[in-house]
Amino acid sequence: MNHGVERKKLILWGLRDGFPIGMGYFAVAFSLGITARNAGLNPLQGFVASFLNHASAGEYALYSQIAAGAALWEIAAVIFIANMRYLLMSASLSQKIRPETPILKRMGAGFCITDEIFALGIAAPGWTPVTYLGSAFLLAAVMWSGGTATGIAAGNILPENVVSALSVAIYGMFLAIIVPPARKNRIIAGLVAVSFLLSFLTSRLEWLSTLSEGTRVIILTVSLSGAAALLFPVRDEETEGEGAA
Amino acid sequence: MTQGGIWSAIVVAALVSFAVRVLPLTLIRKKITNRFVRSFLFYVPYVTLAVMTFPAIIEAAGTVAAGIAALAVGGVLAWLGAGLFPVAIASCVTAYLIGLIG
Repeated sequence: MNHGVERKKLILWGLRDGFPIGMGYFAVAFSLGITARNAGLNPLQGFVASFLNHASAGEYALYSQIAAGAALWEIAAVIFIANMRYLLMSASLSQKIRPETPILKRMGAGFCITDEIFALGIAAPGWTPVTYLGSAFLLAAVMWSGGTATGIAAGNILPENVVSALSVAIYGMFLAIIVPPARKNRIIAGLVAVSFLLSFLTSRLEWLSTLSEGTRVIILTVSLSGAAALLFPVRDEETEGEGAA
Repeated sequence: MTQGGIWSAIVVAALVSFAVRVLPLTLIRKKITNRFVRSFLFYVPYVTLAVMTFPAIIEAAGTVAAGIAALAVGGVLAWLGAGLFPVAIASCVTAYLIGLIG
């Protein structure tokens, strides 16, 4: 097949799969934009931050940290923790990218990783074409970033109770990511319940609530995930392309 | 935070998330075999997202009743297999309606 024709096909395939993802992204990013607006970001900053980070939990953490006036090292640590799952996804996707792919293209494929784009990459038959991933990602990411910028701009003109209700969307999205695997896996279900409980307690106990929000998230994540990994090590096949995708 | 501070935070976050996404895919061409590392990375997303969701959802929703209702409706819909978008919207609508009553 002609090289140009094949490339065009891959791009169209990516756009087709990226669009529905982008629709969902726009709505969720809109609510993320409200969080960003409360942290003091303008629409341009929201667009750039969203395009470069393109991670709901990571960006939520970023805007909360900006709102709290956190130090840069603290922000780096929180972003690392919030996006840690991408380490696993990136490692997993590395097995699906043709080994002779040039390094810049591999880096490009890595940059594209989100929960949903990762799922596309894993679902693609055979070697995952980087062009396909890139095209799906670009469309979805532009809609994601546009949603954030729109949320920052339009958050101003909406009544306070509507803004408050919309800011709940991001938590709805988190629930949609963690609950279905919890239904299938009792250990994850227990872990989520324990996380809720300890998160509640640590935010209420006076001597612990002096910790910054980011530090609290880091400590709970590392200790609970570490304990779960020691107590309930997973079999190899369980971690394959499942995660939060 | 100042404008400069916000841009610095955005750049730092972008660099860290770039590294997290790109390094394993670029460097690892063999499978991770350490069981503890694999298990740890497997559990991380669930704990992080759960910790960030609760009790923050209550503060976001405005009242305890609206927050709990949004959590319950979102949780049940997600349990029943609804996607990311419907769950997010249902949680919002619930928080809004309960907020109107309360």
